[in-house]
Amino acid sequence: MHPFVLERPRDLSAALSFGAQPGRNDAPVEYIAGGTDMVQLLQEYVRRPDRLVSLAGVLDDGIEIGPQGLRFGAAATMAEVAAHQGVVEQFPLISQALLNSASPQVRNQATMGGNLLQRTRCPYFRDVGYEACNKRAPGSGCAALEGENRWHAVLGTSDDCIAVHPSDLAVALVALDASVELRGTGGDRSVPLSELHRLPRDTPHLETVLAPGEVITAITVPANAAGLRSHYLKLRDRASFEFAVVSAAVAIETAGARIRQARVALGGVGTKPWRLPNVEQALADRSLEPGELRSAAALAAEGAQGRGHNDFKIELMQRAIVRAVEIAGAHA
Amino acid sequence: MRGAISPAVAQAAGAATAPLDVSLRINGTEHRLSLDPRTTLLDALREHLHLTGSKKGCGLGQCGACTVLMDGMRVKACLSLAALAQGREIKTIEGLAQGDELHPLQASFIERDAFQCGYCTSGQIMAGVACISEGHAGSPQDIREWMSGNLCRCGAYDHIVAAIQDAAAVYSSTQEG
Ligand SMILES: Cc1cc2nc3c(=O)[nH]c(=O)nc-3n(C[C@H](O)[C@H](O)[C@H](O)COP(=O)(O)OP(=O)(O)OC[C@H]3O[C@@H](n4cnc5c(N)ncnc54)[C@H](O)[C@@H]3O)c2cc1C
Ligand code: SF4
Ligand code: FES
Ligand code: FES
Repeated sequence: MHPFVLERPRDLSAALSFGAQPGRNDAPVEYIAGGTDMVQLLQEYVRRPDRLVSLAGVLDDGIEIGPQGLRFGAAATMAEVAAHQGVVEQFPLISQALLNSASPQVRNQATMGGNLLQRTRCPYFRDVGYEACNKRAPGSGCAALEGENRWHAVLGTSDDCIAVHPSDLAVALVALDASVELRGTGGDRSVPLSELHRLPRDTPHLETVLAPGEVITAITVPANAAGLRSHYLKLRDRASFEFAVVSAAVAIETAGARIRQARVALGGVGTKPWRLPNVEQALADRSLEPGELRSAAALAAEGAQGRGHNDFKIELMQRAIVRAVEIAGAHA
Repeated sequence: MRGAISPAVAQAAGAATAPLDVSLRINGTEHRLSLDPRTTLLDALREHLHLTGSKKGCGLGQCGACTVLMDGMRVKACLSLAALAQGREIKTIEGLAQGDELHPLQASFIERDAFQCGYCTSGQIMAGVACISEGHAGSPQDIREWMSGNLCRCGAYDHIVAAIQDAAAVYSSTQEG
């Protein structure tokens, strides 16, 4: 690891004053929460901050469900949120996405804030032995474009970066219209999760809209996302403890055998958590017949671009949507 | 292009950072250490306290060989900075037996021959203890899913699952009786 000064601030305002900036590979000051992603990146010299500011003990870890919906503090762990009775009953999509993530140990350590801001698993990003990675070293090129790109994105890509955003949680949350509450030295603001991450375009090293010093303090999910029939389908190379090749988060409201409204988001295929409004519109008022689902899911491929090894994802993601809607619709 | 780590990076890696006073509570004993802030909990255990029961397989959270309990919950010690573990109650494989009496899961690992080279074993046992206390050892399928963070390169999985099932049964019978 690159040498760093470890700050253990006593409260949040002290933490904010260091000007740490997550999701930016040139930031000299960074936060560490559960550490499950950060320690790996430090070990591998991918992140080399001079100062590391611990968020331990300074952020809310509560989980509440009220008339406004669900709210959990950024310090709540993956294990805590996944096992929370109210989450399991009213927002099972979130619990399912979490239980399909990482391992029990990592879920005990990892926080909600850190999960949303975890860095891509692109193997070229995570190995400084490769020179070309625009996300890690701006302007150096992208080794994945002509390299092994089976794991890479087909939606929201640019000619500068095709890395997938790896969070399962974020896919479920974006389908449920979640927002993140941010706090900086200048005050508080709330940002829809769909706007937290940036598209790579020609600046893949800038991953989020966070300003220097800003932290995620909480995540909120509106009440109208409660009680929907839902399913998180995760397709991966082994049965457990693996990132998604493709995942689909689906929540539907049905009337008899027809879908009234649908929310659909995909993981493993987008450069950010990927919501699909066109598929949702097409699904509304359709029956759960496989043929009907299939033609709606086909719209997910609009704008998709494969790079060779990952071409199969374009077909697989459509099938994942169909399967997830079928499973959600079959729940009594 | 795969290149070497630049000399600047290698040099920075060798530079010293001011040591931190860290107090760690391990298996019920308080230890005062002066540590480089980069020290992981796993390295503090192995290199500074010579508690080498917890193993380093990958150092990246992927194998589970370093599993310890923190405030009763299983975690990967290689992903924790030691300085941030201050104030937590840490339990390692060295703290599991009561004197000469093995923990039921240690005994059932021997009984079921649940290891070959033994490298993953202390992590498997610590994760298994948590798996049982969390109530996730109800069926072989459950055990497989909830033990998926612990890899065994020797492929002793069937025996590991059997050992955890046995120990879970001992637990529930002692709780009922
Ligand atoms: C072996 C392994 C397997 C995994 N598998 C999966 C998987 O299948 N699916 C999945 O979704 N994830 C998976 N993960 C990733 C895991 O979910 C993340 O590492 C974890 O959620 C990060 O949370 P943390 O609290 O440990 O964050 P840290 O590692 O502490 O931080 C991550 C980033 O977030 C920033 N940060 C943290 N909290 C805040 C905050 N409140 N405000 C602002 N910035 C903040 C940090 O500065 C850092 O840049 C896996 C991880 C491991 C190690
Ligand atoms: S896909 Fe993005 S993260 Fe991966 S090598 Fe290319 S620029 Fe880097
Ligand atoms: S050494 Fe910690 S998980 Fe492998
Ligand atoms: S016994 Fe050899 S790695 Fe598990």
